Amino acid sequence: MTLARRIIPCLDVDAGRVVKGVEFEGLRDIGDPEALAARYNREGADELVVLDISASREGRATFLDTIRRVARQLRIPLTAGGGIRSLDQGQAVLRAGADKVTVNTAAVERPELISELARQFGSQAVVLSMDVKREGGAWAVFVRGGTQATGKDAMAWAREGIERGAGEILLTSIDRDGTCSGFDCELTAAIAKSVRIPVIASGGARTPRDFLDVFERGRAEAALAASIFHAEIESILALKKFLAGQGVPVRLSA
Amino acid sequence: MKVAIVDYGAGNLPSVERALRAAGAETNLAARGAELADADSIVLPGVGHFDAIVAGLQKDSLGAALESAHQSGVPILGICLGLQVMFSISDESPQARGLGFLPGAVRALPPHVKSPHIGWNQVRRLRESVLLCGVPEDAYFYFAHSYAAPGDCEARAAVCDHGAEFAAVIERGNLLAVQFHPEKSGEAGAQVLRNFLGVSR
Repeated sequence: MTLARRIIPCLDVDAGRVVKGVEFEGLRDIGDPEALAARYNREGADELVVLDISASREGRATFLDTIRRVARQLRIPLTAGGGIRSLDQGQAVLRAGADKVTVNTAAVERPELISELARQFGSQAVVLSMDVKREGGAWAVFVRGGTQATGKDAMAWAREGIERGAGEILLTSIDRDGTCSGFDCELTAAIAKSVRIPVIASGGARTPRDFLDVFERGRAEAALAASIFHAEIESILALKKFLAGQGVPVRLSA
Repeated sequence: MKVAIVDYGAGNLPSVERALRAAGAETNLAARGAELADADSIVLPGVGHFDAIVAGLQKDSLGAALESAHQSGVPILGICLGLQVMFSISDESPQARGLGFLPGAVRALPPHVKSPHIGWNQVRRLRESVLLCGVPEDAYFYFAHSYAAPGDCEARAAVCDHGAEFAAVIERGNLLAVQFHPEKSGEAGAQVLRNFLGVSR
């Protein structure tokens, strides 16, 4: 019996569609969230993350509808977030069918949000999402899609988040995100070793070896990626078979 | 098969409801004790804090109705926190009192492992299990919890290990319970729910 390492595809959604941010081009349409969710559920994804990148009032109603449609396709856990600023908004996301809610910018601005969500729904339902960039010898937390510095140190913010009741950390390396140069294993290991809750590594995945590295060197409990799965560069089942062959405990049946 | 899902004001009801329907059950949400009266079986789901489920079951005679259903042999399936509340006490909230259907206490996971225990893990069967019938030995289930019933509690049918063994599946007469989330556990979880629906009083 060993806790399996998790492979988690991520859907960035805007106006009910899965999109990808592309430099100089804006958003590129990737597909229908329901269809992608069904595919990942079938291919053996261990969990699905859905992020609202629209951040507008109208976008929110559409996003809740997207969560409902996606949840119907899944027999695995669903994490949802993006612009969650209040207990009510967190509750709406969970009521729509998500099992966990992820918070980022609003938690930095008002850390009590983490405590409120954890008290109401339990720590296992609260994922603290952190966008981190290397600055000299330290790691700094950024918000608003990685564009705005917060002055917070990643290690200290992770510890505060846990004290407030976060049950998992979704750790995105801004330096690696979108670069296809592999996860930042050094960052991931630094955080994973210093906290008692599971860490999900994100940003930079391209090859199966990147996943192996982040589980072994990076000590991540889970790894998240978007483009390589959407574009079918890497199938989840093939990735898991590779990892199993390397001795990483993974769940092979869907 | 009419299955009442106990709605005490918390919990991930939509996914439990959807999974039971997919397994062939007719479901209704029971927010009051009276609504449990004519159920063929009862599902007690749960996520969140021990305090919240204890407080929730004190409302509208839900706890009393569960007690009487238990006495009259109605099959009851506890999920996650719904398993834990079948015991009287939990480390999570030493003052609160659970249903007390099972002897023993719910304990915090050991301090040297990551907690919450979140993710997919396997279970080891200690005896013939109704809920695990037809489920492959090496199947994975989705867990998300920081507390658990000890691995040596007498009603356990299967255990899982995370720093120490804990009860993953409990079966004693009409009381059935799982620490994992069958509604989130793929095909293995769906089989557990179908097995539960096959249990009649």
